[in-house]
Amino acid sequence: MLLLAPPLFAFGLVYLASLVALLVSAFWSVDAFTTEIVHIWNVDNFRTLWDESAYRTIALRTIGIAAAVTVTDAVLAFPFAYFMARVAGPRRRALLFVLVLLPLWSSYLVRVYVWRLILNQDGVLNWALGKVGLPDAHIAYTNVAVWIVFSYVWLPFMILPVYGALERIPDSLLEASRDLGARGFLTLRKIVLPLALPGLVAGSIFTFSLTLGDYVTPLLAGGSSSQFIGNVVYSSVGVSNNVPFAAAFATVPLAVMAVYLLIARRLGAFEAM
Amino acid sequence: MRGIRRTRVLAAAVTAALCVPAAGVGSGQGLPTSIGKGEGQLNLIAWEGYTQPQWVKPFQKSTGCTVHAKYAGSSDEMVTLMRSGGGSQYDMVSASGDASLRLIYGKDVQPVNPALIPDYKNFIPALKSPPHNTVGGKHYGISLQWGPNTLLYNTAKVKSKPTSWAAIYDAKYKGKVTVPDNPIQIADAALYLSKAQAGLGIKDPYELNEKQFAAAVALLKKQKPLIKKYWALASDEIDLFKNGDAVIGASWPYQTNTLKAAKVPVADVIPKEGATGWADTWMLSAKAKHPNCAYKWMQWVSTPKVQAQQAISFGETPANLKACAWMDKLSKGTCAQYHANAPTAYFNSIRFWKTPVADCGNGKKDCMDYTKWQQAWTQLKG
Repeated sequence: MLLLAPPLFAFGLVYLASLVALLVSAFWSVDAFTTEIVHIWNVDNFRTLWDESAYRTIALRTIGIAAAVTVTDAVLAFPFAYFMARVAGPRRRALLFVLVLLPLWSSYLVRVYVWRLILNQDGVLNWALGKVGLPDAHIAYTNVAVWIVFSYVWLPFMILPVYGALERIPDSLLEASRDLGARGFLTLRKIVLPLALPGLVAGSIFTFSLTLGDYVTPLLAGGSSSQFIGNVVYSSVGVSNNVPFAAAFATVPLAVMAVYLLIARRLGAFEAM
Repeated sequence: MRGIRRTRVLAAAVTAALCVPAAGVGSGQGLPTSIGKGEGQLNLIAWEGYTQPQWVKPFQKSTGCTVHAKYAGSSDEMVTLMRSGGGSQYDMVSASGDASLRLIYGKDVQPVNPALIPDYKNFIPALKSPPHNTVGGKHYGISLQWGPNTLLYNTAKVKSKPTSWAAIYDAKYKGKVTVPDNPIQIADAALYLSKAQAGLGIKDPYELNEKQFAAAVALLKKQKPLIKKYWALASDEIDLFKNGDAVIGASWPYQTNTLKAAKVPVADVIPKEGATGWADTWMLSAKAKHPNCAYKWMQWVSTPKVQAQQAISFGETPANLKACAWMDKLSKGTCAQYHANAPTAYFNSIRFWKTPVADCGNGKKDCMDYTKWQQAWTQLKG
């Protein structure tokens, strides 16, 4: 018990204290002229967030793209993880593991920049489309590009928990299903998917929360209407030195994640991690 | 979150620091008339690339002042850094025109004596007492380098040479336009409107009343569907032009030169409305702890050779007219390339950045201040 105290204390200080500081400062404001923080309690920041349609659009865009990325990754990860867990032999499985984890060894920034090279006007994609006689795609610097890049960079975080859940399904259950006359699709729907669901939900926590809090990909891969909550937080602190407003906006993803985690717990995601 | 915690810690550090009396020149009792012995240290807030070993090392050797530089990513970060820690943590800042007035009115910087800087007399007249660093006859720093915000275009895609800023608001280039991601971009719109809609009565693109400001923002809103990307880094714009994602936009000479070196068919022009420009100033913190080293630094970076080195290394124009010869000596042709020898008419077409403030000299305080500019910009981008 005594040995646990220092890490618990550090944990409490780092996580809880900063959260409290965040929540408290969201109710302060900034003097327009001196940009000093004024310690008078008010809800002006939240009122601005609510009244100004631009901030609503930004919040909805952030949540919408995070949801789209999560669904995309789930759809891509499931067949891949299924193959790894239940079809591939040990050697091929090891190889696939390396392939999944390999991108994580390179810098996140490098991977975002590579996508810019692929998607831009004179990039690999349009070159390939031109070769087969198709018209140019105009994906670079749009929200579609942001969605693609996010789906790519967070995919390993979905594959691994889904793989874990699928691997744990006992063979006997699948055999029993077959013995009772269920075909492949029915088994998938009635046995595999329900048992893999906690894994999918666990993966979705990663993909959803990582997208929700990111600001680098929208900055680099996004276009003229690609601001995320993170970008506004960043510019509120870095550009206008308005920490209280940044704190107020930062409570939005916090609240979204709290709701999300409650639902995830209901679905048994925490047992699958 | 981190910001708050940092401020707290620093606040404690400052309280401690304030107990130590500041020594040396210029601690608030009038301007110094001579420079004393260096304090051995100099803490700078600078743009990345402004403290290259090429000219910092010789400075340290000859003055004994060890330079500690903290790079800032934006003008606003510079202001924040100067204020953090009560202002005594850093001695100097290489502030651009969109930050300098904020620092002056915020009492974060102190006046300096240009008579102590021998090369000051060789400066471009427009940068001796520019309104972005000189208030009420007091010089709050020494000008360093400057650059215009030019109109950059792809000569293969844009057939006729554009002569007006109207080109970046032209639906013809839909999805192919790029402009800087910076609230000061509103001034570029205002500069264009000052000629295109003379009825608005815009005299100074940085002093806009509510109606003029609304017109500029409305123009930028109309421009937004044409924008491919608001660029944040010079390298972003270079990528956009290199890969054909943008064919026209607002730029700096640095991008033009880099793109030309990469054999991309581009050219830049200062349109008939003129152009906005940025100019950087080394400003002295109001609570500088190493003022002697700071003065020595201002002397050093104003000398022709260092001015030329920095101009070439960063891609900007020196304030010192004598730097031209050194630029050509260091890298042939760079003096003309960066307009270091351009005639007075060229400088007169540049409206240098300055911080928008509410009080714009008409006694009514009815101008839109920088906070309003910043909010409008965030909402515009949406």
